[in-house]
Amino acid sequence: MKEERDYIQDLAEIRSMMERSSKFLSLSGWAGIMAGIYALLGAWVAHHYLEFRPDAFLYSSPYLHRTVIVATGILISALVTAIYFSRKKAENNGEKAWNLTSRRMLLNMLVPLFSGGLLIAVLVYQGFQGLIAPMTLIFYGLALFNASNFTIKEVKYLGQTQIILGILNCWFIESGLFFWAIGFGAAHLIYGIYMYFRYER
Amino acid sequence: MKVSFDDLHKAFESRVRLGIMSALAVNEELDFTALKELLEVTDGNLATHIRKLEKEGFIKSIKSFIDNKPNTRYGMSATGKKAFDDYLKVMEQIINAQKKNT
Repeated sequence: MKEERDYIQDLAEIRSMMERSSKFLSLSGWAGIMAGIYALLGAWVAHHYLEFRPDAFLYSSPYLHRTVIVATGILISALVTAIYFSRKKAENNGEKAWNLTSRRMLLNMLVPLFSGGLLIAVLVYQGFQGLIAPMTLIFYGLALFNASNFTIKEVKYLGQTQIILGILNCWFIESGLFFWAIGFGAAHLIYGIYMYFRYER
Repeated sequence: MKVSFDDLHKAFESRVRLGIMSALAVNEELDFTALKELLEVTDGNLATHIRKLEKEGFIKSIKSFIDNKPNTRYGMSATGKKAFDDYLKVMEQIINAQKKNT
């Protein structure tokens, strides 16, 4: 016959198993902070050196190619950083970063991200370059919102923020880069710092 | 404190079986590999516990093929859900009773 304290232990294990098997908990605040810094740097580079200053939906920039390369570079750096910090955090928790829940979370992010990416590529091809900033914000927000079902709930708020900023941005196309810097830069920074203080210190 | 310890189902006596049930309570379906990863047990060990739970009618298996390889997914049956809920309820009572005693 088990002792009472065994049942308390049982309950703790049930709780932990339910959480571990349905939520990816190794997301690191540092990943958010770094992604925010990259995005701010990228927005600054695009504004000052690449003269990317869209003022209408239909907008053409002489350095569009380089702007796209910079944006892709930021995305890749942010992803690599996120993977690095998640692996480190998972290791500290004695878990694997590439597990059931992280796979599920990524799969749920990929669908909105890919649909958005394709749509943006088509729009850019048609000349609607002013829509790059709001569209990336909206689809990234949707991806985060979707992913939040499989990780901490704060990701949901980050996703909602991006969606709202993206829609607002459609009214103020001329401030596209500013909204981009707020959404990808400032919002990630705030989220990352909050996560760091809430879960990692 | 008059909670019958016998109310606790024998099937949940093992940590592995309790773990399987907890994981299936929040995931509609999980395959063998996913359960193995979560519980960190060997194939043989997990298979034994799964068989036991299947025999009780607590979990059901769904067999399919992915790339010509057999893939078995497991889900909780209605009986299993009820048994798991009851188990949690009894545990709660035991812990509450314990609290009152101290």
